[in-house]
Amino acid sequence: MSGVGYFDILKLAMPETIVSIAALVVLFVDLGIMRQAEGKFRRMVAALVTGASCLVGIFWMHQVGQEMGPGFLHGMLVVDPLTQFVKQGVLVLTLFTAWVSIDSSFTDHTGEYYALLLLATVGMMFLVSSENLLMIFIALELLSLSLYILTAFNKRNRKSAEAALKYFLFGGMAAAFTLFGLSLLYGLTGSIELRPVAAALKGKGLDPLLAVAMVMTVIGFGFKVAVVPFHLWAPDAYEGAPTPSAGLIASGSKVASFFILAKVMMLGFAGAEGSGAWRGFASGWVPLVAVVAVFSMLLGNLAAIAQSNVKRLLAYSAIAHGGYALLGVLTDNPQGVAALVYYVVTYALTVLGAFGVVSAVEERAGEARFSDFAGLCRRAPLLSFCMMIFMLSLAGIPPLAGFFGKFYVFTAAVGAEPKTLGLLWLVIFAIAMSAVSLYYYLQVLKQIYVADSSAEAPAIKPSAPFLVGIVLLATGVLVLGCAPDLLVGELAVAIKAAGF
Amino acid sequence: MLGWTIYISFLGAAILSLLPRDNARAARVVALLTALPGFAVALIGTFETSAGLNTFCDTPWVPALGIHYHLAADGISLTLVLLTGIAAVAGILFSWNIEQRAKEFFAFYLTLIGGVYGVFLSFDLFLLFVFYELAIIPKYFLIAIWGSTRKEYGAMKLALYSFVGSAMVLIGIIAAYVVAGAKTMSLIELAKYPFPHDFQMWAFPLVFVGFAVLAGLWPFHTWAPTGHVAAPTAASMLLAGVVMKLGAYGSFRVAMTLFPEGLNVWKVEPYAPRVLDSLLNHSLIANIQWAFHLFGFGSWRDVIAVLAVIGIVYGAMVALTQKDFKFVIGYSSVSHMGFVLLGLMTLNDIGFSGAVLQMFSHGIIAGLLFAIVGRMVYDRAHTRELDDLEGMQLSSALPFAAVTFVVASVASMGLPGFSGFVAELQVLIGAWRSFPTMAVCAGIGILVGVAYTLRVLQKAFFGEATQGASASSRQRLSDEALGPISIPERIGAVILMATTLVIGLYPRLLLDLILPSLNSPLFEGLRKAGAL
Repeated sequence: MSGVGYFDILKLAMPETIVSIAALVVLFVDLGIMRQAEGKFRRMVAALVTGASCLVGIFWMHQVGQEMGPGFLHGMLVVDPLTQFVKQGVLVLTLFTAWVSIDSSFTDHTGEYYALLLLATVGMMFLVSSENLLMIFIALELLSLSLYILTAFNKRNRKSAEAALKYFLFGGMAAAFTLFGLSLLYGLTGSIELRPVAAALKGKGLDPLLAVAMVMTVIGFGFKVAVVPFHLWAPDAYEGAPTPSAGLIASGSKVASFFILAKVMMLGFAGAEGSGAWRGFASGWVPLVAVVAVFSMLLGNLAAIAQSNVKRLLAYSAIAHGGYALLGVLTDNPQGVAALVYYVVTYALTVLGAFGVVSAVEERAGEARFSDFAGLCRRAPLLSFCMMIFMLSLAGIPPLAGFFGKFYVFTAAVGAEPKTLGLLWLVIFAIAMSAVSLYYYLQVLKQIYVADSSAEAPAIKPSAPFLVGIVLLATGVLVLGCAPDLLVGELAVAIKAAGF
Repeated sequence: MLGWTIYISFLGAAILSLLPRDNARAARVVALLTALPGFAVALIGTFETSAGLNTFCDTPWVPALGIHYHLAADGISLTLVLLTGIAAVAGILFSWNIEQRAKEFFAFYLTLIGGVYGVFLSFDLFLLFVFYELAIIPKYFLIAIWGSTRKEYGAMKLALYSFVGSAMVLIGIIAAYVVAGAKTMSLIELAKYPFPHDFQMWAFPLVFVGFAVLAGLWPFHTWAPTGHVAAPTAASMLLAGVVMKLGAYGSFRVAMTLFPEGLNVWKVEPYAPRVLDSLLNHSLIANIQWAFHLFGFGSWRDVIAVLAVIGIVYGAMVALTQKDFKFVIGYSSVSHMGFVLLGLMTLNDIGFSGAVLQMFSHGIIAGLLFAIVGRMVYDRAHTRELDDLEGMQLSSALPFAAVTFVVASVASMGLPGFSGFVAELQVLIGAWRSFPTMAVCAGIGILVGVAYTLRVLQKAFFGEATQGASASSRQRLSDEALGPISIPERIGAVILMATTLVIGLYPRLLLDLILPSLNSPLFEGLRKAGAL
């Protein structure tokens, strides 16, 4: 520990500490004081505490610019500008998840819901800031367990229980794979830190055991980010879970998981990249990830066409977007990391907003079928407009954030081999697939703007604070698309400092 | 200054979305008050700026990627900006009768207009692409919500065709950006960059065709007739008048200036006798070239020129057999846009200026034709079937519409004195110099054009009510008297007719803008590639 006291560690882990304390506070306040209060009021207070803790965490990271390199505590807690940046992103997403939850009355256990939300966030934050295999696994489990419970939270709905069980069983299996892969890696190198692992692997070539470790790790993380063929839980979980929980699974959890996937692959398996170039194939983790990416884009986009439930559609589109994001991972250079982070953060903001709108509709209509959205623009013009922004951003229409995200990832992927344009085939495939995706996003918008609502369709009247949250998300998507430099400039600096 | 054309349009769309829901009158007025200043700015800008390339806004946008917010204009842009201004105003005048969800209609309309202005004024590739895609979505909603005949099908087809085309363009743009060192997206800078010959050979057709999908290049034109027919009047005026020009403009501005060597003659190695081995050993693009070579094509230029001529003749032939008035105009658009693409492939000054002039001229004439079909005839007679119209004797019921249509069809046929004549003549002269056979074939297209125009003129307006079948339609006609042509329609029609006449009588107004800009450094590459 070389002279580092507990107080110093606590200070470094201050944002995580704040969020953990907030989780306890939410529990105590809700259980102790507000047991008898009205549901809406309880949700409001809990969301306020959650949001406040997120804001304090963000503020802390912004103001107290600490730094502690990867050598510290065996890489258990890496505090550098890049991890701080991603953690701030995660906190913003949690803040908005709490925000769009305030209108959802699927449970009476308000305190527990928000506490679990915060615990999941702590898991994400530790996940993001770790370069230690053991710590990564623990954080992953903290995140996953919280998410399983959040998925099962709607006790009145059998689908919710089914979804959670599916999610849990698949997740448990995936965790076993991850652990197996990581333990092989430890056995091969005798280290549990990413950079020393890579150093020990250097020059050894692609050992069969290393290949197994690699595949296992990709399986484990592939499950977390829901890419083909480890995606089977996603549509059911998204459909059955309470919509705000699904929003968190699709947003914050995705950001953290993609970031750590990129880190493990780029740092831990450095030297075993191989090549995914057209006619220049060489085995390693890059072609492995490339195959997964191709199938995710293909299956996600094609299956989404056949959906008639907006939540399931978003689930398949999430699989497709997982494929695009993997392009950022297999770029294997700092530019790729920047593009990946930009992409997943903006994607998460967008999809969170979309789930927010879905939850508002679901709250009145009971379900999220296409027909429940028919004629929404007459019933809730503002929500409809926001949904249009979210859907078009997911489809990659400029000037929204989704477009710049795609552009950034694609340029980074092509730029990975600028001489031969080796990865251009992947980008061509991705662009072709994103042309397909416009079709199903337009189907949703067609219901909202073109179709007429049936006579008994309920009016949608979300509360004012909820609407403000959705509008803020939509504004964010628009602003980040028009002025991508707000994030891109900062990201470039952070990545340079992080030494990728 | 010209940048305000874009900002005013978007501002108008924003104001419209804040208006109360059911006040159609206010929405119309706001829309017109937005389009008029836009047109005024375009007009002033056109005649104030000097010849050549004028940059009026250039600031870093995403410095990390070398993307700039770069607005500029040369004579070609100015011509098309002017066209957009006129078409925007006329379109609003011809949709004065929109009552259903009027504010949304005009909000989408103005967003589309803003995007179109943006494309014509962008000199940064990224920015251009942003505006280009921005224009896709409003088109979808305009057609799907306010359209007629199979509107959802037509709208989706149009949106997907445009999006697939722009996906091809995006691939080309990203590849070009990376190959040039990932430092700049500026069109001017990239035009100077010597892209490798092999790269240009596949990037050129990809980007050219990607854009040309929107210009109605045969056989990717099929969105155009269905889209035009399904669209409400103002939207089909814009589609034919301006949006198709986006495609042609992109092909010219991006594909041809960045990858001029893509137009060069191929070096095709003989594949025989080991054809199968050769197929496997060559790249995809080489195989495609070889396959075309078998049919006697020597370069992408030949291929595209032939497709353009097929479009001219095929569009005209199909128009000749249509039963629906609007389909006739829809296919005639494909035919006329073929002249633009043929003009681009001539690679000489007169062909280029003819192509640009044809974009302008067709924009005006097609707008006028669609206005007559959609607004003056269909909104009153509630049918577009030529057989039904034949019995109505519209020339006596709607004399103003008949006169307008006579003028429009004369212009469309390319009679001297109207803009179409100057434009198509230049294209034909240019084509005659480059490939005489094609010029002859295109000339046949013009003859067929005269045939279908006269046919539709006779059937729609000067039909003789003798058959028994038309008795019912005549009955209907007398039941609901056709309302007179309203003032906004008259104004709109006069604006468009005057424009085509002025340009036809004094084409130098535009040629003085277009010709000098062909000498700008942007076209250096084309010049070196043996053109001009």
